[in-house]
Order: sequence, then structure tokens, then C-alpha cells
Amino acid sequence: MTGYFVDWILGFQLYLPIAEMTVPIVLLLGLGALVGFLSGLFGVGGGFLMTPLLILMGVPPTVAVATQSNQIVATSVSGVLAHWTRGNVDGAMGIALLAGGSAGSGVGVALFSLLRHVGQIDVVINIAYVVMLGAIGIMMTIESIHALRRVKIAAAAPEALRRRWIQRLPWKMRFRKSRLYISVWVPIGIGFFVGVLSSLLGVGGAFMLVPAMIYIVGMPTMVVVGTSLFQIIFVAAISTILHSVENRAVDVMLALVLTVGSVFGVQFGSRTGAKLPAEQLRFLLALLILCVAAGLLYISVARPESLFDITIVDSR
Amino acid sequence: MIVVKICRYLLLIVLFTLSPAIGFAQYQYGIVADIDNHLVAITADFSGQDVLIFGAIQGAGDVVVVIRGPLSEVAVNRKGRVAGIWANVETVDFKDVPSLYGLASSRPLYEIMPPEVLDRYQLGVGRIKPTLASGDPSQERLFAAELVKRKRDLGLYADRVGQVVFVGPTLFRANLRLPSNVPTGTFMIDTLLVADGRIVAAQNMPLVISKVGFGADIYRFANAPYAALRFAYGVLAVLAALAIGWTGHLVSRRR
Repeated sequence: MTGYFVDWILGFQLYLPIAEMTVPIVLLLGLGALVGFLSGLFGVGGGFLMTPLLILMGVPPTVAVATQSNQIVATSVSGVLAHWTRGNVDGAMGIALLAGGSAGSGVGVALFSLLRHVGQIDVVINIAYVVMLGAIGIMMTIESIHALRRVKIAAAAPEALRRRWIQRLPWKMRFRKSRLYISVWVPIGIGFFVGVLSSLLGVGGAFMLVPAMIYIVGMPTMVVVGTSLFQIIFVAAISTILHSVENRAVDVMLALVLTVGSVFGVQFGSRTGAKLPAEQLRFLLALLILCVAAGLLYISVARPESLFDITIVDSR
Repeated sequence: MIVVKICRYLLLIVLFTLSPAIGFAQYQYGIVADIDNHLVAITADFSGQDVLIFGAIQGAGDVVVVIRGPLSEVAVNRKGRVAGIWANVETVDFKDVPSLYGLASSRPLYEIMPPEVLDRYQLGVGRIKPTLASGDPSQERLFAAELVKRKRDLGLYADRVGQVVFVGPTLFRANLRLPSNVPTGTFMIDTLLVADGRIVAAQNMPLVISKVGFGADIYRFANAPYAALRFAYGVLAVLAALAIGWTGHLVSRRR
């Protein structure tokens, strides 16, 4: 009986025009809801989870990355609006980050295009994710285990050294909201680096931006989340446009259906997240990240079904 | 004078009697054919379709129908282990590769034509020889074979997409099965009349397959040849994302 119902609901298929595959709508809504739930639960972007999951599902990596830039615009709107109304965004810092981010986005898309041309984009995306997720997963696991055991990590000394080197950079500017007097090149540089990675891998970049803004720039925590969201949404929008011009890989149908699922998921996620202790959540998230990294690693090193594959060469 | 006249008449008589062997022999064989629909529209829920080829022959023989999809350039990649990771290590490009290949005949090909003739016209999936565009020539045979194998696995190259059936001595029909992953573009369908191990008559006809519907329009928009259009697509995608995100924000605030 249940088999009959499952069959019926899976029958509502959606054809994704750019990914050129047909999937049950329920599957996409569920995936969006799942990642939305996790992002509401842990307070993270979700882009770095969604892209690997899409790849594992069979979406071509180039479409997964480009479409994610589109989805991140949608999922970040809510957060940006909320923080903007509360005045948690340092506009000047945001613009500096954005300047770097736009340039980074351009470089990232060009690099993406180049790798596609050479035919190595799939491998690069997989490996980059394995490295990135692996590093973050391991660091988070260690940090959350320490937090669970209530062991404090001393990290003051290296920070002071870093701060002095950064203070020597030229073109200093006053950032009133963050109460900082620091070189413009710091946010521009950070924004650039995150911009390249965002457009190359289809991530929002919050997990890199937030620690960078706290530890490298030295911004007060209250302003960090809002300002980083500001940068993320703009860079994601720019990446979407550049990807669609250069690589024709943005599947707007996929992005929108995933977003609809995500909106519902985030609701449940943030409500559940408020009830659970933060350290346990971080530990679970770290485990999840490591699992996804392991999945992608397996794909990269396992012997493929066939040693040969064919691609149609675009005559454009 | 009379000798000249007699010679002229004799020449005419000889030509008349010999003409069936010279002139009319050329008109002993012929084939005409048509298809039930020259346009196949693919909608979002397309799961394959049959097309009907029908026609008539003049003279006795077997009928072979060949359908070839639009030609494209195909890169064949070979994976190898690089520092423990599988990546593309060698690529050979082939040009003028048909995106689909299908065959139907009234009798098995090996029964009606010798292998040399089959090879010359590349009749049969195993006899398709793609043209090398770039890459190591010494690897050409291996990569060409892999190309054909891959197309066959995808269901795009098939040795038997239908059966040619004779209704009476001259009328024939064939149902060709187009797979669900059929490519789009202009296809060429060749109907051949085979007798004495040779192709003695042929007719070809076009078949246009294109996608229709919302999904197809989105695809065309996103893949537009002009960068300005693709830019517009990107901007619209961003605007749609902003709209949905904002709607979601409103919905969540009301709870």
C-alpha cells in the first residue's frame, strides 16, 4: 500500500532544463528542506553541504556550483533583511569586502571556465571540497570535543602578532560601526579570497568569512554576521550572473525548487536548534561535514565504472 | 546510297534491341519513401517515440533504413590515476560524429551485402568509423571503439531500431523506435534498396526533433548565443531568487 503511494508521489517529476535531468519534485523539496533544516539548526549557510549533495545525486558538478550561487541569493535574503533592520551591518566594511569579492568572483568564474575547457573541472571541484570540508570538519571536531569537555584553548599570543603585521598595511580607513582603524586592503583581500572560492565551489563563504572577520580584522561579533551576509548575497548574485554568461550552467528551476524546500526547513531547524545545547550541535555538524567529505573522497579515489567517457564539444 | 540507308536502319535496329541492356536497365530499380511526421516535438515527460517509415520499391530487393542524428564533435576522455585520484589523462577528439545511429532492415545485413560494401557505407554500429579531429593518431582506433561503445551503452547507437516489413511485393513499412534521450536537431533518414549485394537505389529524407515547452525555453534562453541575453538570464535568475527569498522571509515572519 505504501509502495503504491510512494510510487505516485515520486511520479511528479520535474525536468531541470540546464541540468538536463528529470527528478521527482519531492526529492528536491526534501533536499532543500534538509539543508535548510541544518542551516537553521547550526546557523550556517548550507551551500557547502548542498553542492556536494547535488553532485552525489548526479547533477553535473558545473551545474551544481553555478546553481548554488543562485540559491544562496535566495536563502540569504531573509538573514540580510533581518540584520539590516537591526543595524548590524557595517556598510563601509561591507563595501570594501564587496569590492574584493566582485574581483574575486570574476577571477573564480574565469578559473572555472578555464578548468572546464581543459576538462578537469569535475576533479578539481571534488578535490577542493574534500580538502575544504575535511579541514573544517577536523578543526570543528577538535574544537567541539574540547568545548564538550570544557577545555579552554589558548589562542591569544599568535593573534597579537598577526594584528601587528596587519596594522602596518597602508591605506588605512576608519570603519565606524566596527570601531576600527585598519587598512582597506584587509577586507578587500579577504573578500577577494572568499569571492574566488565562492564562485569556484558554489559556497556562500560564511564559514571562511566569519572567522576571518573576527580573528584577522578584529570586528565585534555583533556586526560580523550581518556584514558577512551582506557580502555573501552580493557575491552570490554576481557569481550567478557571471556563471550564466560564461558557463551557461545556472539552472534556475533547480535553484527555486530547492529554495522553496529550504524556507520550510529553516523554520523547523531554527526552532529545534534553540532547544539543543550549542556544543552538541557543533559536534554533530562536524561529524556531518566529515561524512560528506568522506563521500566525496570515495568518489575521487574509487575506480570509476568505465575508464572512458565522452563529452560533446561545444561548437560555440 | 541504299547501302548507307540499310546501314542506318541496321544501326537503329541494333540500338533498339540493345537498349534494354544499356538504357532501361538503369530504370529497373527504384525506391520512394516517406515518414509519418517530419517533426517530433519533445515535451518534458518524453519517454521515447515511434516514427513510421513507409514506401514502395521498384524491382526486387531488400530494404535497409538508416537514421543518423545531427553531427557533432565529441571528445573521448580516458581516466587515469594521478596521485591516487582519478582524472582525465588523455583526450582524443572526433568530428562529424552522429549523435544517434539506428538501423532497420528487411533481412539481416550480413545476408544481403558483403562485408566490404557494409564497411564502405559504414552500415552497422560496429562499422562506424568516426573522423579524428585532434589527439594521438596511434590511439585513434582504441578511442573510436570506446566512443561507439559509450554511445551504444547510452542507447544512442543501435543495430536494430525496428524491422522493415513488406506488405506485398513492393510496399514496405518500418517502425523506428526513438529513445527517450534522443538528441535534438535535424536527422537524416536514408532508405536503401539492396540487390545483388549492392545498393541500387536510395532516397533520403529529413526529420526534425526539437524540445518544446517551458523547460526548453529556459534552456534556449540560458544558452543564447549572445552574451547580453545570457546576462539577462542571470539577472532574471537573481531577481527570481530575491523574490522567493523575500516571500519566504515574509512567510516566516508571520508565524
